[in-house]
Amino acid sequence: MAQSQALTRLAVRTKIQGIRWHRYEGYLFVAPLIIGIVAFIFLPIAASLYMSFHTWDMVSPPELVGIKNYARLVSRDRLFWKVLGNTFKYAGWIIVPSVTFPLILAALLDRPIRMRYLYRLAFFLPLVTSVVAVGLMFRWLYDGEFGLINYSLSWVGIDGPNWLSDPFWAMPAVAMVTVWQGLGYNMVLYLAGLQGIPDHLHEAATIDGAGPFSRFFRITIPLLTPTMFFILVMSVIGTFQTFGLIYVMTQGGPINSTNVYIYYLWQMAFGSSKMGYASAMAWILALVIFTITMIQVRLARLWVHY
Amino acid sequence: MRAARVERVASSRQQQLIANTVTHILLIVLGLAALAPFWWMISTSFKTEFEAFQIPPTWLPLEPTLEAYGDLFLNQPFGLFLYNSVKIAVLGVGGQLITSSLAAFAFARLDFPGKNVLFIIVLSTMMVPYAVTVIPLYIVMHRVGWVNTHLPLIVPAMLSSAYGTFLLRQFMFSLPIELEDAARIDGCSSFGIYRRIALPLMKPALATLGVFSFMASWNNFFGPFIFLDRKHLFTVQLGVALVQRQWYTSWPRLMAGSVVVTLPVLLVFLLLQRYFVRGISLTGIKG
Repeated sequence: MAQSQALTRLAVRTKIQGIRWHRYEGYLFVAPLIIGIVAFIFLPIAASLYMSFHTWDMVSPPELVGIKNYARLVSRDRLFWKVLGNTFKYAGWIIVPSVTFPLILAALLDRPIRMRYLYRLAFFLPLVTSVVAVGLMFRWLYDGEFGLINYSLSWVGIDGPNWLSDPFWAMPAVAMVTVWQGLGYNMVLYLAGLQGIPDHLHEAATIDGAGPFSRFFRITIPLLTPTMFFILVMSVIGTFQTFGLIYVMTQGGPINSTNVYIYYLWQMAFGSSKMGYASAMAWILALVIFTITMIQVRLARLWVHY
Repeated sequence: MRAARVERVASSRQQQLIANTVTHILLIVLGLAALAPFWWMISTSFKTEFEAFQIPPTWLPLEPTLEAYGDLFLNQPFGLFLYNSVKIAVLGVGGQLITSSLAAFAFARLDFPGKNVLFIIVLSTMMVPYAVTVIPLYIVMHRVGWVNTHLPLIVPAMLSSAYGTFLLRQFMFSLPIELEDAARIDGCSSFGIYRRIALPLMKPALATLGVFSFMASWNNFFGPFIFLDRKHLFTVQLGVALVQRQWYTSWPRLMAGSVVVTLPVLLVFLLLQRYFVRGISLTGIKG
């Protein structure tokens, strides 16, 4: 009896001490992360906003110019509008195939077929390959004279264009590389979504006489709309930040037809040393991405079933 | 009656067979489309300059040669580039696993004032475009003399992974809390619980995060491109871009570079595939 009382007292005491301690102990655990995030994300964000209201070439001291950088970008920089338009075009070429192709793949791979594992592996390879390697590979495949793509087209009697040096074809050609690279990732997202669809829905529909196609379009697709939405949002955000692929494949050319936002931003910041101007560009980009995402979230109510 | 049933079973089996065949054909065609570029890359890398431009192209090199690879390692310090990439990836990933797991443990299991607000702030950094932070980051690094060192590629990666924290926290919620309670009653400190219970149980998630971060670091182009312009500091990605500037259309050399840059990450992927797939579905769906 006395012993158990002593034990209880001990327990209560440790608990009280524990509470005092434990209230703040968590800070020690999160400290490294928080310090890192403040130092390498929040401070740069603040500095970037500050700089976007200055002109600075990294040599002479920054000079306050108010909103002039923004005003000049929007009203006088023709290339700015061109690269913004290009970026939208790029996203436009990417969206439909990167939402649909991986869906087809996932639907095919969701069935218990042999060698599933091997097929999945095949669609993953592009994903783990760097943009530099992928860019070089496709520069070679797209080569106008000796490229494999035009050689294959010649079998069916098509005289393929010089893809990457043709102002019209360069953009869709680069966009298709992005689609190719994202196949595996989006496929896994769809596969996870497909596994979340309960079997009884399909069984019930089958009993009611629905064939495989109407089941796919009336059950599978509506239930996958959240996944589609996620892929759509992520693809758009990703395309707005492309740099490496453009640098390796086209360097923005021919005649700026593949010059996209980040590429131009890099040219301004590190080519022309216009740090303030480039910072303003970065903020406009953040705003554009935010706006598009918000519009997508709004529109989602019309077609995404949760 | 019975005959009808047998017939129905037979016809459904036949349907199944047709469906499977069609599926396989589609998958083989699409799979080849995914793999053909790789085949072409490897095959070209073993060709002579002359054979690469041959029409019709040869699927397999007629006279396989290691000339292109020799050029990479003898004319350019590709060994050093590989070492730099490994160093940056290993240090960055190692640090990130420690920082993120500590924070994830606290966010999932400990209670402290402002915890939720802090977590939301951490999460929100995932939405900040890299373009917004890279210019000031460059300027800061320039000021402290870190440009043209590997530090701007290692230290931020070690300390600021919101993604890693999020992934590990999600995983912690799926672990039973009873063990930790028992340890606490036995007088184990929070750090002891983290070190002896949470960390060992988190191993699969740590592997997932490790694979992802390793690949991201290995394949990173923009970061090294901005922060490094001395050749002896280059990562393999910059090395291959350098090869492209040097020999713009020497396809065997460019393809050999692509093979060299892809091979290590491919090995990591093949060995740790299952963690990779889980990572995508873990963060993709719940995020």
